[in-house]
Amino acid sequence: MAKITLKNLRHSYYPNPKDPADFALKEINLDWQDGGAYALLGPSGCGKSTLLNIVSGLLAPSDGQILFDDQDVTDLPPDARNIAQVFQFPVIYDTMTVYDNLAFPLRNRGINETEVSTRVTEIAQMLDVNDMLQTRAANLSPDNKQKISMGRGLVRDDVNVVMFDEPLTVIDPHLKWKLRSKLKELHQRVKATMIYVTHDQIEALTFADQVVVMQEGEVVQIGTPVELFERPAHTFVGHFIGSPGMNVLPCELRADAVYLNDTKIEIEGPATTTNAQTYEIGVRPEFVTIADTGLAATVHKVADIGRHSIVEALIGEVKVSAMVQGDTPQKGDQIYLNFQQNQTRLYGDGWLCSTAKGAK
Amino acid sequence: MKKHNQKAWLFVLPVLILVAFNALIPMMTVVNYSVQETFGDNLFFWEGLGWFEKLLRSDRFHDALGRQFLFTGLILIIEIPLGIAIALSMPRKGFWVPVCLVTMALPMLIPWNVVGAMWNIFTLPDIGLLGYFMNHTLGINYDMTQDPLAAWITIITMDVWHWTSLVVLLAYAGLVSIPDAYYQAAKIDGASNWAVFRYIQIPKMKNVLTIAILLRFMDSFNIYTEPFVLTGGGPGNSTTLLSIDLVKIALGQFDLGPAAAMSLIYFAITLLVSWLFYTLMTKDDLN
Amino acid sequence: MALELRQVTKVVGSNMHIKETSLVLEQGHFNVLLGQTGAGKTSLIKLMAGLDKAASGQILMDGIDVTNQSPQKRQISLVHQFFVNYPHMTVYDNIASPLRLSGMGKDAIAKRVNETADILQLIPMLQRRPHELSGGQQQRCALARAIAKDSTVVFLDEPLANLDYKLREELRDQLPDLLAGRGAVVVYATSEPEEALLLGGKTALMDDGQVTQFGPTAQIYRHPKNLNAARVFSDPPINIAEVIVRDNQVELSPEITWPLSSNAPKTAGTYTLGIRPNFVVPQKTSASQVALKGRVMVSELSGSESSAHFEMGCNAWVSQAHGIHNYTIGQEHDFFMDPSKCFFFAPDGALIA
Repeated sequence: MAKITLKNLRHSYYPNPKDPADFALKEINLDWQDGGAYALLGPSGCGKSTLLNIVSGLLAPSDGQILFDDQDVTDLPPDARNIAQVFQFPVIYDTMTVYDNLAFPLRNRGINETEVSTRVTEIAQMLDVNDMLQTRAANLSPDNKQKISMGRGLVRDDVNVVMFDEPLTVIDPHLKWKLRSKLKELHQRVKATMIYVTHDQIEALTFADQVVVMQEGEVVQIGTPVELFERPAHTFVGHFIGSPGMNVLPCELRADAVYLNDTKIEIEGPATTTNAQTYEIGVRPEFVTIADTGLAATVHKVADIGRHSIVEALIGEVKVSAMVQGDTPQKGDQIYLNFQQNQTRLYGDGWLCSTAKGAK
Repeated sequence: MKKHNQKAWLFVLPVLILVAFNALIPMMTVVNYSVQETFGDNLFFWEGLGWFEKLLRSDRFHDALGRQFLFTGLILIIEIPLGIAIALSMPRKGFWVPVCLVTMALPMLIPWNVVGAMWNIFTLPDIGLLGYFMNHTLGINYDMTQDPLAAWITIITMDVWHWTSLVVLLAYAGLVSIPDAYYQAAKIDGASNWAVFRYIQIPKMKNVLTIAILLRFMDSFNIYTEPFVLTGGGPGNSTTLLSIDLVKIALGQFDLGPAAAMSLIYFAITLLVSWLFYTLMTKDDLN
Repeated sequence: MALELRQVTKVVGSNMHIKETSLVLEQGHFNVLLGQTGAGKTSLIKLMAGLDKAASGQILMDGIDVTNQSPQKRQISLVHQFFVNYPHMTVYDNIASPLRLSGMGKDAIAKRVNETADILQLIPMLQRRPHELSGGQQQRCALARAIAKDSTVVFLDEPLANLDYKLREELRDQLPDLLAGRGAVVVYATSEPEEALLLGGKTALMDDGQVTQFGPTAQIYRHPKNLNAARVFSDPPINIAEVIVRDNQVELSPEITWPLSSNAPKTAGTYTLGIRPNFVVPQKTSASQVALKGRVMVSELSGSESSAHFEMGCNAWVSQAHGIHNYTIGQEHDFFMDPSKCFFFAPDGALIA
């Protein structure tokens, strides 16, 4: 188990990158603590898989360093880095039994059979696969195959880091939450450093203590699930996390206050910059309420999703979503919206630029 | 419930007719010949299973069958591992892929009788490139019209040259279909190259290899043109394989009855071995 | 426009893939087929599209029997879970191909393709080939091809399942607008309850090759006909427990009891209680709530909601609440359940209303 440091990491798939757009990863600096559970979250093509492959050593970065416990491993091949990785599609050795599959990484390292047997049994128990140890792995269902792939990653107790590359892609929706929770439980039991790459916010937020949100080769925000939800550092994070995502509404910053469609909006606290090109208000649908007075809006769409309804309204040309419990207005109704002040933030050129009252 | 109508059978009729002309009728003719004796003039005498009995007891048949198995066994032992080895060493992506593939496919594009003639000339001791080099430059006595060993080495080499490509192409198709994740996982699991070969590449190539072995078995067991053009079955009878012997009996001696019986036994052996092999190879998948 | 199934079945070998099904699907709203993988959604779609033949029963389009008509003649479009485009054609030609087959004039085709591409934001990519597009763009191209065509029925078989989750959200939002006013019957298969709710319209719940319930989506969600329907239409899974009704109260365990409410059975006996996770919350919000205690096994966060999987006696339950709640794994936590939201099912599974 190890602490992982990424220093000035850059990567391009072109031989002679010039433009910043040629880079799949643009200048990444990160510190991952020993024993932590981390997630790399972002849409496809944001560079998260590239970053993962650089950490595992399957890809050599164009620039920068990777350190495991302050030791430079940038030039080491994957097998010398002492890591484990679980791939998007289950990788199992077809001709072997489940037991032999789990034992494979240990046997390759010359560990004696008694030790192998103890470790395999222990891992099989954690994964609830002990009753299928003697079955041939090729005959398992996809979710069990993926469990075996995970098991091979977790069976060694000397790994520096275990990495997961969208491991639940092929799993049936109704089995996903079972594996999701299994993974979380496994982390709590084995206490290894784990990095989980996904485009699914639920998987990332469930699994990780710290989530790294990426967009176009850059880290946009690193934070706990609560921080990402409550104070997105960038409108992208606000939009990407939560369903529906945060409302991002173009506004005007005037001398005295923030105005949306010429209506004054109370935001959480003072703005920190006054020279951004564009300003936007960010407020989550959870904190938008329908009231008797406030911002005038027209109901555009109402979706009853059982637990609550999502009301989509238009303020002028701007769409705003609100999460409503109980009675809902009809399409075409004129309503008034209120934004909960301590959850209404200001973004300048995409970045958070309001401070909460009482904060420094 | 609507009554089924039987019109659909009409659609199957062309296929039935085709199969009949293609396989059943020639086959039945052979069966017919195999139980009779003829001296020409379309006169036939009932012989029962006599031909089969004689044939199965004849040394000539045993020898030819033995040679046939030896030939097929040898070429399988050489071509399959060699084919896999070449496929493994071929590049998986980039500029050289098409070059390798075309080079590999070339020998298979040459007509069989031309292959035989080519190798015949190639090995002639006085004018053939190989023959001259062996005899005059290296001083090794190499003449396949005199020496059975030389003849055997030549037909085996010729078949390996002609057909290893088929194994290579099939094995290569199997190899490129393995997702990268398998190699990456193996690297991370600390697997040696041998382990990668044994636990990933071989299992993933199994299906195509089964086909490769089957094809090579059937083709080499029925091989005729190339060795006939190359050695004509000689020197003596040393390279007279089953098919060459069959043609000798049927067309050389015009013994239609024994030849027909031999064809049927020949066919039965090919069928039996292929079936045995296929069942063995696919046994695992069925459980 | 309406698509009607009358006692349709499908048999493969000795297996009944689709058990006797009768349905009337109309235009003007989404018709969602909701069920887990293997419930028979794709089989049913193939039957309706004419790709498979029904073993018995009739399929009618606007009252005309089309049971034996080939799919080519039925004027339908189908979008599959995997992005199926013609790889050698540009996006433009992909969208135009069904229109050309229908014999539409060149100018009319150009107009239609551009209109559709505009709505799906495909204009900049019209001259590219599918392999030069991202997954989302490829699926939009497949959707465009299905929508551009004047179909009487549009089948969408889990069209968003292979897309990124945010993209899924966007397209799901646009789809109803795209298909509105087309005059086609829209059939949409999904395995996600949330997706069915977001799409609205009507939903047919499918389980084991059978449509178990059909009706307006929100109504079915609130009034499942039986335990099975409630299970299919719940994610996270609906919480279930055996309860005893006697002496004017409901008994979950000797310690946990509450007075009979209007939704509870009138006769004493043993019943199965079902309650959706969002009515089991970690904070008390009203006096009528019933207090529960459970050991939290796993907690999950979906961005705006937290769920906790907890064990209570022999039952494994889930709580789902707005906002962020922190649970200590392995610890006992309090949960509060709203008894007026409980479903009660008879031993045969039927809902007691």
